[in-house]
Amino acid sequence: MGKIKTLADLKNLKTDLQSKINLREKGISPEKLVQIKVAMATCGIASGAKEIMDFLIDELDKQSINAVVTQTGCMGYCYAEPTIEVTLPGNAPIVFGYVDNNKASEIIEKYIKKGEIVDGVLPVNYETIDKK
Amino acid sequence: MKNLSLHILDIIQNSIRAKANLIELEILENLKENIFQIVIKDNGTGIEKDKLKGILDPYFTSRTTRNVGLGLSLLKQNAERTGGFLKIYSKLGKGTVVKTLFKYNNIDRPVLGDISGVVTLVVASNPSIEFLYKHKTDKGEFFFNSKEIKRILENVAINEPKVIFFLKEMIKENLQNIKL
Repeated sequence: MGKIKTLADLKNLKTDLQSKINLREKGISPEKLVQIKVAMATCGIASGAKEIMDFLIDELDKQSINAVVTQTGCMGYCYAEPTIEVTLPGNAPIVFGYVDNNKASEIIEKYIKKGEIVDGVLPVNYETIDKK
Repeated sequence: MKNLSLHILDIIQNSIRAKANLIELEILENLKENIFQIVIKDNGTGIEKDKLKGILDPYFTSRTTRNVGLGLSLLKQNAERTGGFLKIYSKLGKGTVVKTLFKYNNIDRPVLGDISGVVTLVVASNPSIEFLYKHKTDKGEFFFNSKEIKRILENVAINEPKVIFFLKEMIKENLQNIKL
């Protein structure tokens, strides 16, 4: 086994990143980034939300897409987990349901990169049975 | 839940929702006493005494988005299946402690799973929450302190993908070192 990574290695990584980030992000405010929220309550986690989040972070980084991937609680769409909410800059948030790795790729390729809507959008007017 | 790390991720969401800004996770693996213990402690809002009684009921939740709250009850069921238990202590305004004990060698004890991924995910997704993680086995101890990480990172965000990948690897390698 190789040498275990330490906090000293983190320091080196930081110095390395600082120069790159300064170049890349000058003037980019968070509102101008793609924001993705992965629903991660019991229902989401049990359906594989963590794997989706890992996949999204990995894939977006590989493709050098400036995005913030974060977790959120249950959005009430337990039946359609894993769900993710994608907000493109200047657009209203859209929630996609039944997301697996293939769906996530499709969302990145079509919606995030080209703005084309893909199947699997959950209606915002969804009501729980109790409210009816 | 497929493994214990996902249970931990789930229970930590309760702490986040309870507006905690300090979450402590302690995992203890002790072969001699045959225990695998997980303690999650937060300084969130805490739980009222009369609500604490019903908290392990699967049909209890403080949420408004749905009517069931299965997180704690699923973990409790898994722990009890191995001959262990789940206990919850809470004080209003002080915080909550969830202590879960599994019998180490019981065949029904789920594996820990990707705990380095879970810790990294929580730390990166909640920059305003400090996270302490202590993992102790018969072979040694590992400590992780998000405050220390952020101090080193200075103006570099903790949710930078490269930082996330680094932290995940760092925790994984350190845990490998004390693996039983």
